[in-house]
Amino acid sequence: MSASEGSSGGGTVEYIQHHLTNLCVGDCDPVTHKAASFWALHLDTVFFSYALAALIIIVSWRLGRSLQTDVPSGFQNFVESILDFVAQQVRDTFPGKNPLIAPLALTIFLWVWLMNFMDLIPVDLLPLLASFLGIGYLKVVPTTDLSTTMAMSLTVFALILYYNIKTKGLIGYGKMFLFHPFGKFVIPINIVMTAIEELAKPLSLGLRLFGNMFAGELVFLLIALIGGSAAIGFGLLLVVPLQVVLDLAWLIFHILVITLQAFIFMVLTIVYLGMATTSDH
Amino acid sequence: MNITVTLLAQVIAFVVLIYFVNKVLWKPLTDMMDARQKKIADGLAAAEKGIKDQELAEKKALDVIGEAKKQAAEIVGLAQKRSSEIVDDAKNSAKSEAEKIVHAANTEIEQELNRAKEQLRKDVSAVAVAGASKILKKEINANEHADLLKDLAAQI
Repeated sequence: MSASEGSSGGGTVEYIQHHLTNLCVGDCDPVTHKAASFWALHLDTVFFSYALAALIIIVSWRLGRSLQTDVPSGFQNFVESILDFVAQQVRDTFPGKNPLIAPLALTIFLWVWLMNFMDLIPVDLLPLLASFLGIGYLKVVPTTDLSTTMAMSLTVFALILYYNIKTKGLIGYGKMFLFHPFGKFVIPINIVMTAIEELAKPLSLGLRLFGNMFAGELVFLLIALIGGSAAIGFGLLLVVPLQVVLDLAWLIFHILVITLQAFIFMVLTIVYLGMATTSDH
Repeated sequence: MNITVTLLAQVIAFVVLIYFVNKVLWKPLTDMMDARQKKIADGLAAAEKGIKDQELAEKKALDVIGEAKKQAAEIVGLAQKRSSEIVDDAKNSAKSEAEKIVHAANTEIEQELNRAKEQLRKDVSAVAVAGASKILKKEINANEHADLLKDLAAQI
């Protein structure tokens, strides 16, 4: 992002909007750069999320080739402790055994954490580098794109539906809509309530992560504006240290936030799937 | 929010990533950790078994030593008995042998004496016949005077 837009007072909104616009290719609105139809690809979101996914696979693959059974080295210890942590969460919250849940939870935790981590890279750094390559828009945090968070939550929702039907049967699952939570006398209310309850699961999953990361990114942008909006001169002496201190504070706090959000997404996935695989409802 | 190809791309990425995380990270590491757990458990069990085996072996060794001591004492006792028996036997056989030798010697002496006596008798009769014939200047027929000679020999 170029500095000229941040220097004027009216550029503030423009600066923020510019930062929050995806690099859209395909069928996009030429003015707002928002997706206009199904055939619009957010190239930045896809690029960074795929790159981070590839990073996970490559690092795992390299680690897998040098596994030490007897005396694990430093990095293997670290990964093992993450695995143990995830496995413990699954043991605590998921009833029964399922070979898919733990790898799913681990994938969510690692991928979401890494995508959230992109938030800690200085907000202007990557867009500035991209602008040298002629790329006008770049949103580096894939989890600030609803497409990413909803993609994950909808996949989880599909699994919820699958396990519900697998465990309870199509009729059993249908009965849950009819007779839950108020018994057999208020079936219409039950249908509405259960439908809301089921739909709230993917929505809350996807929107919570999106909202948190979007807000975090916004705060970083606002902090970045403190220095950017000050005129060159005396004001910088006061404003630049303030920006550095605030940025550092939010950065440290945000490490907690990104970890917590990845953890919440993982745990809620385990809980929802645990509910889906229990037959007594 | 529009449903776009981005959403689809992210769903595909998510599913593929789950597959790969399971394949290259979760499976190998949990398998390895399970193997390690088993190895440790086996090691501890082996150590426990080793300690128990050692205790048993010590007990057995003590038993064997006790048995050996008992056997050794028995053997020593038997040997002592046997040796005294041998000594007694030797004594007895020596004594009887000596008696036998003495007896044989006595018998021989007696036989020799008798033989000498017999010879003497014969000689005496011969001498008597010779003496008498000299005195009578006449041949004496030994057969005619056999009874006389026999009496004479018996008197010696």
